[in-house]
Amino acid sequence: MRQDPIMQSALRLGDDALILGQRLSEWCGHAPTIEVDLSLANLGLDLIGQAMHFLGLAGDIEGQGRDADTLAFFRTDLDFTNCLLVEQPNGDFAQTMTRQWLYSTYQQLLFEAMAGVEDARFAEVADKALKEVRYHAELSADWVIRLGDGTDVSHQKMVDALGWLWRFVPELFQMDELDSLAVEAGVGVDKAALRPAYDAAINAVFEEAKLTRPDDQRTLTGGRHGHHSEHLGHLLATMQHIPRSHPDARW
Amino acid sequence: MSKDWPLWEVFIRAKGGLDHKHAGSVHAPDGEMAVNHARDVYTRRMEGVSIWVVKSTDIVSSDPDAAGQMFEPAKDKIYRHPTFYELPDEVKHM
Repeated sequence: MRQDPIMQSALRLGDDALILGQRLSEWCGHAPTIEVDLSLANLGLDLIGQAMHFLGLAGDIEGQGRDADTLAFFRTDLDFTNCLLVEQPNGDFAQTMTRQWLYSTYQQLLFEAMAGVEDARFAEVADKALKEVRYHAELSADWVIRLGDGTDVSHQKMVDALGWLWRFVPELFQMDELDSLAVEAGVGVDKAALRPAYDAAINAVFEEAKLTRPDDQRTLTGGRHGHHSEHLGHLLATMQHIPRSHPDARW
Repeated sequence: MSKDWPLWEVFIRAKGGLDHKHAGSVHAPDGEMAVNHARDVYTRRMEGVSIWVVKSTDIVSSDPDAAGQMFEPAKDKIYRHPTFYELPDEVKHM
């Protein structure tokens, strides 16, 4: 079946936001302090709000009667199109914040560009979400600097977190055929072109955080086409268990 | 971790032109993060447009045990209220 690049663009954006939002929600009640607990929950809720917009849009474009909830709760891991970075486990607080910083910095550049695309359905959501995403990027960069330039222990935890997450960064900027068609259709952004600005932004934080930019490793990729790490299945099991057990439940 | 962080008092301005009012307190290692924490804890439902934080230990307060001598002498000084003037009808908005 030939995939609709406009629908797929909305789906990829929605899946990234949904999966990262779900990951952040796992911190509820477990964060190091009550203030950080709320801070992480707020980030998660912002992302789940974005997911509702984009998945709702994907469902509308598809026109098969699937709404945001159906797309979130009744697809299997092979149907999810999120990047591998966002599904990585929370690990410790350093790993969560590093993942957030690597993603939010990308998301900010992406949405800044997407706010100018021709299709208002995409441009308007991007423009609205930008205020949230800028805060996410700033907050997570702040933590990266504090932990990187903190104690020996916090610095080492940041080095370990980067060691785990760095190989998932190139996937963010990969362009496949669907992405190129989405650019032509006036909904997508040339993600590869965002990389220099991304590198400039994260290198500045590396320097302030007294962290060394990791050497490039073998890139892991495939999330956009449903080839996920083992972690996504577990996340989906938790997220989808209730709606699948009680499909018509209301509250 | 949070017990190692100092306590900050949080003041929120609900909208332009109004006063900052005390909203509560947060733990944070420094002022910048205290503002972020205050934002995340106290303005989730559009409660504010501006935040002040101040270290709790920097607040000097009156002694509750001295409340009698501090405040009670004002009780019977009713003449300090501007209620003994007869206002002409032309004066409005007083």
